[in-house]
Amino acid sequence: MSGPEVLVVGGGLHGLSAAFHLARRGRRVRVLEAGHLARHASGFSAGGVRTLGRHPAEIPLALEALDLWHRIGELVGEDCGFRASGQVKVAESAADLTVLEERAAALRAGGYTHEEVVDAAGLRRLLPAVAPHVVGGMVARRDGFASPYRTSLAFGRAARALGAEIVEGARVIAAGRRGGLWHLRTADGAEHAAPVLVNAAGAWGARLARHIGETIPLGFNAFMMMLTARMPAFVTPVVGATSRPISFKQAETGQVMIGGGHKGVGSLDTGATALDVERLAYSARTALELFPVLAETRIVHAWAGIEGVTPDDLPVIGASGLHDGVIHAFGFCGHGFELGPVVGDIVAQLATQGFTNRPIAAFAPGRFGGPAGAGTGAALPQPAG
Amino acid sequence: MRDYDLAVTGAGPAGMAAAMEAASLGLSVLVLDEQPAPGGQVFRAVEAAGCDPALAGEFLDAGAALARDFRAALHPGGEVEYSPRSTLWHVDIATGVISVLREGASEEIRVSRLLLATGAQERPVPIPGWTLPGAMGAGAAQILLKTAGAVPQGPLVIAGQGPLTWLLAVQLLRAGAGPVTLLETGGKGALWDAFRAGGLWTGRRLLTKGLALVREAKRRGLKVVRGVRELRAEGEGRVQRVRWAGGEMACDTLLLHEGVIPSTHVSRALGLEHRWDEAQRCWRPVLDEWGATSHGLVAVAGDGGGIGGWEAATATGRIAAIDAARRLGRLPEAEAERRAAPHRARLAAALALRPFLDRLYAPAPEVLVPRDDATIVCRCEEITAGQVREAARLGATGPNQAKAYLRAGMGPCQGRMCGTTVAALIAAERGIPIGEAGALRPRAPFKPLTVGELAALPLETVA
Repeated sequence: MSGPEVLVVGGGLHGLSAAFHLARRGRRVRVLEAGHLARHASGFSAGGVRTLGRHPAEIPLALEALDLWHRIGELVGEDCGFRASGQVKVAESAADLTVLEERAAALRAGGYTHEEVVDAAGLRRLLPAVAPHVVGGMVARRDGFASPYRTSLAFGRAARALGAEIVEGARVIAAGRRGGLWHLRTADGAEHAAPVLVNAAGAWGARLARHIGETIPLGFNAFMMMLTARMPAFVTPVVGATSRPISFKQAETGQVMIGGGHKGVGSLDTGATALDVERLAYSARTALELFPVLAETRIVHAWAGIEGVTPDDLPVIGASGLHDGVIHAFGFCGHGFELGPVVGDIVAQLATQGFTNRPIAAFAPGRFGGPAGAGTGAALPQPAG
Repeated sequence: MRDYDLAVTGAGPAGMAAAMEAASLGLSVLVLDEQPAPGGQVFRAVEAAGCDPALAGEFLDAGAALARDFRAALHPGGEVEYSPRSTLWHVDIATGVISVLREGASEEIRVSRLLLATGAQERPVPIPGWTLPGAMGAGAAQILLKTAGAVPQGPLVIAGQGPLTWLLAVQLLRAGAGPVTLLETGGKGALWDAFRAGGLWTGRRLLTKGLALVREAKRRGLKVVRGVRELRAEGEGRVQRVRWAGGEMACDTLLLHEGVIPSTHVSRALGLEHRWDEAQRCWRPVLDEWGATSHGLVAVAGDGGGIGGWEAATATGRIAAIDAARRLGRLPEAEAERRAAPHRARLAAALALRPFLDRLYAPAPEVLVPRDDATIVCRCEEITAGQVREAARLGATGPNQAKAYLRAGMGPCQGRMCGTTVAALIAAERGIPIGEAGALRPRAPFKPLTVGELAALPLETVA
């Protein structure tokens, strides 16, 4: 038989990375993408390649992924726009600095040295244009940024070159298991079947799970981003803050990208997003307070991208607790881009050998109250199920 | 938050006509315009032009009358509020709250209906060398003439086609520019093809106007070269000459023009339904006979809905205003129909010649799809036609994907200059119709605003 051995739902970075790693292992893979590749978070992300400030459970994966990023060209055949610019989190008060120092101490106790506290003078060597009130910060020097869309397409191309099939415009509307195969029907009437199903449907992941009777609590956010006109180079690393949401970087073109967690409005049904102007203004104010040099710079684009968010702000990665042959990898809560190169490999391990050597217990699909549990749904911004 | 029945963006012919009509129907109207004075592009700065002989004719006669009537409708305590030097930069289409930038501060305003009267923009003409200093759009040169009385010195070449090339040639010659050469890019046989489109009798008044212009241009010594293809601009650091298949000419200034296209930046950013118009080789919003779009909040009038010229624009502006009153319950259905009828008749007359003009001045294929891979397509990011073709081969299926991939359209012009070219290049490379490649979806802000201006927005609810 020549049908696929694995069906991957979702043509974002995680689905394409999974397809790539499966194809490398010689598996016949078919990716079903509802729209076009990297249509949502994978195309709209700010593209931070960040180990800095990760939840402890994510650190091992983030560090392994970072090694892959440093040789991404060997992996997928192009550099994906990756630049090891470093990432910095600024401390705007003594209290902020204490938070960072405590975190650094805790990390050291766990054997991690990738995050490093710097004092006010050290910080200004990294960020000469930073506002005077900033008292120090934390730096992860091997971190950086990349182009999310280019990265996603590069994984897709590499997967195709290894024989993976990628079908765009294939929106899954029904799923079920018959005769040992997962059968998916798409909106155009086509049927797809394979023994293994990978759910990499991003913010739509919980909907796909529900199609097969599995309830996983998932909300979504429409994270907003702004891009300015070119300005003279004034900041190299990607910048965040300790006690307020902001993410900030200057590309090689001189354009500055401002993002970091302020939410617009989105619809899972249409995929459409809209800006929340007041919250956008709040982001602009934060950026301006950190870098007064921005005042006269023109904002040329602002947008919002839909991203799945879980109640504990950690992704869903792992085999289904309910069904055989189902592997979930979705709901990355706005910080999944950096993990892409390694999560695909984890999915491939789970799909081909049934286990992984990476620590993923914290991401178990069943952690919210049993495989078929309703979950608490607490703190979900906009329910995405 | 201020509140209006109708906000009109653009104080050109369509916007002015719509505002006057809406006010006469008792609607409260806010007219936003980026320019310091009414007129739009076609009648730009018409109030200040006085009786400048270079601009004599329809520009001064009709344009000044329109602006005068519009000003008269702005009497104190009246229903029309006119806000010049104001930029619409965001619309929350679900709530009808619009964000307007004026004098360095942003304000949010609630509207019951929004009329986009954003007019036309010049079709970008991406020939090799079009980004050299000294090369610019003919429309841009006309703006300089209208607002600053600026007349380029030295040998000047106008290259392209369309009524504006002749009008501008005449205006520049009257103003003392020279010598002026017109390189006409129209295809052989276009005239006969155009005759078959008909409309010549109904449109005879416009046609007569055009013929008079051609006569005056020739009398004033305009040199005309016809059938020009494969045009390129060359020079060290600036334009010094133009070359074409079978000829070349030294010049200090090159004014390019291949007609105008609807300015659909805002309507596309709002996600309204658009279709590719093969006759006019441009995107246009899908509109009903009242100018209503696919969204209940928004209507479009004037050239922004399809190129028709200023007389058609005033008619569609009036019709859209009548529809706004009807939708807001201020005008019964039958009364709306009755009131719109004369404007529909004027519209039909104004558009009669359009199929003829569209065929006569259809841009050559290479205007939409530059042949030379080295030709710059996106001026802001200096992206070439070859890079766009490469992105298409690598999987970019339309201009939105190319934007994410190449950053084409992410510069300060926000894709106004490259959006259509990128779509056409990708469509050609993939062997699909342009309509299938899709229109570039611009993002807010519709016009750039500074970080400082955005940060100064009064915050009501965000902690």
